[in-house]
Amino acid sequence: MSFPWAQHYEPKNPVMKWVDERLPLPRLIFSAVGAGYPVPRNLNWFWNFGVLAGLALASQIITGIVLAMHYAANGAIAFDSVEHIMRDVNYGWLLRYAHANGASMFLAVVYIHIGRGLFYGSYKAPREMVWLLGVVIFLLMMATAFMGYVLPWGQMSFWGAQVITGFFSAIPIVGDPIRIWLLGGYAPDDAALNRFFSLHYLLPFVIAGVIVLHIWALHIHGSNNPTGVEVKDEQDTVPFHPYYTAKDGFGVGIFLLIFATFVFFQPNLLGHPDNYIPANPLSTPAHIVPEWYFLPFYAILKSFTFDFLWIPAKLWGVLAMFGSILLLFFLPWLDTSPVRSAKYRPTYRVFLGILLIDVLVLGYVGGAEPIARNVILGQIATAYYFAHFLVILPIVSATERPRPLPNSITEAVLKGETGSAGDTAFPERALPAE
Amino acid sequence: MVRAISFVIGFGFIIAVVAALFASLSSLGGETKETAQEALYKHPKELELASNGLFGKFNMQQVQRGFQVYQQVCSNCHSLTHVAFRDLRKIGYSEAEVKKIASDWQLKAQTLDTKTGDRGERPNTPADKFPTVYYPGQGNPPDLSLITKARHDGPAYVHSLLTGYRDMTAAEMKRFPEAKTPDGAYFNPYFPNLNIAMPPPLSEGAITYADGTKSTVEQNAKDVAAFLVWAAEPELAERHWIGMIVMGFLLVATVLAYGAYRNIWRDMKH
Repeated sequence: MSFPWAQHYEPKNPVMKWVDERLPLPRLIFSAVGAGYPVPRNLNWFWNFGVLAGLALASQIITGIVLAMHYAANGAIAFDSVEHIMRDVNYGWLLRYAHANGASMFLAVVYIHIGRGLFYGSYKAPREMVWLLGVVIFLLMMATAFMGYVLPWGQMSFWGAQVITGFFSAIPIVGDPIRIWLLGGYAPDDAALNRFFSLHYLLPFVIAGVIVLHIWALHIHGSNNPTGVEVKDEQDTVPFHPYYTAKDGFGVGIFLLIFATFVFFQPNLLGHPDNYIPANPLSTPAHIVPEWYFLPFYAILKSFTFDFLWIPAKLWGVLAMFGSILLLFFLPWLDTSPVRSAKYRPTYRVFLGILLIDVLVLGYVGGAEPIARNVILGQIATAYYFAHFLVILPIVSATERPRPLPNSITEAVLKGETGSAGDTAFPERALPAE
Repeated sequence: MVRAISFVIGFGFIIAVVAALFASLSSLGGETKETAQEALYKHPKELELASNGLFGKFNMQQVQRGFQVYQQVCSNCHSLTHVAFRDLRKIGYSEAEVKKIASDWQLKAQTLDTKTGDRGERPNTPADKFPTVYYPGQGNPPDLSLITKARHDGPAYVHSLLTGYRDMTAAEMKRFPEAKTPDGAYFNPYFPNLNIAMPPPLSEGAITYADGTKSTVEQNAKDVAAFLVWAAEPELAERHWIGMIVMGFLLVATVLAYGAYRNIWRDMKH
């Protein structure tokens, strides 16, 4: 793995030398996230978000483990045990607000991370496996976030669980038995709450395991970069440490500033007031809405309101919602363009821009009241979402004429084509001698 | 091959959603009449409280007045189950005062003798939570411990609701005859379905404040909103204070990190 010019680990400290000869863990770390990992020199700030996602997961695991020491997964006292954490546990409010807002921060960072991959073509050969594992992580995160939201056993927890597990009842014939089996009852209750807690504790460690595979797969071919041109020689790269550890340090600072603003000053902004009302199976909230990070998918679900081809609208909605995520698995083969970076793909980047707006519209519709105007807006946006990935992308990638690529990363850097800027086509002329 | 399959699946979903789109477009024309709720419901009025904003902290005198309102009026029907008597120390009552408030509390703590199975009562102690109120009458008075977090614009909602009672005007009754307030309910435009089972709880001068503040309905409503913010978020002031320190630390650390980044990359064009 890695490039021939990667530095080799030579321990100076006798203790490290002793350890390294018996268990080459220092060597592994040195080559993975130390000076032994050469990284393209032109990565822009969007490449900070992988590290930030890892940091968010670590924060969630630490706060979550402590919260689990005080939480009781029982329908009769779950809500009260959360209030006990908020009021009686030392700095329990800090732990819980950090955990609740940490989930939002994690998802936000991961969405930007995914968007980075889409724009710069990081999913393309030879990095398909990095992308596939990333989609697996995303699915696991969604499951974990959903089950975590159920645990406080407020109104939105209960009714959210009711709605989400209700998806399974859309499956013909076996749907209802599956739903009852998943819940351990006819409606969400102790059985469901307990298994959600158990799985909510398990899945983050599964995520951590898949992240190890994700990083392993990444290190086989090294990071992509804003030009999408592969590394050619040593001057295209810098050692990860100290260059990107320093750059990530600043990114971490900005991330923590935003995180702390939510935790200390607006801890309930991203939540829903109804979840401070204890779960009541006899009283349905006026509007059941998921957390913000699920809203685009919720909008897709709600857009199918017509029994097309005698298939019930609900089944269409559920298929489309799952399909909208699962199609990401096929992205490396839907996009056949040999050029990775959208900087050099004038047509694709326009459609990618429309997709960004489209997902924002879906997010708005997902949280808005289902009046006719919003439903229609959601249906148009849903149509574009599927059209983008399954129709437009395969056609554009086959017909588009990309702009000329730079010969190397270094050439692009010396021409001042840094990662984030770059509207100008790269002029095809010889470089002045440095 | 991949492309053929993706076209089939893609067009499948697109045609299904476009069919749904036509169905929604064709049902558009129908005139929808504005309901009484849409026309008459009002969002809460702005409420100035010391606890508002990024630097908000509690005005303890106001919170204490609000506690008096809860004690003398609200507590007849509404529980405050997540708050303990001992917590009143944090809004400025002395240990002796808390003891007295607890033991004088009208609703007693419930006891169960596990030997005989006899149920009984005893006076509350500072360690007890406020006893649960069981309300047999019409309506369902919600627990107030979290009310300002459980409603949009919580404190403003409490204040507007308490001061928002009025009768429907003749014009409104004529326009929405079906929205006539049912017997046993009271019209209040700040309540989501306009008709609330709670009778107007506050009246001018019904409470005598210990600190001598003039007792009006407006003042009572403001004070109890301030108290309920404290009841829901007793950590609010401490949270803001710690938040300031954390932000200060992070700002310095981030500036240093930026310096380190610039320093390390200074000779590397990127």
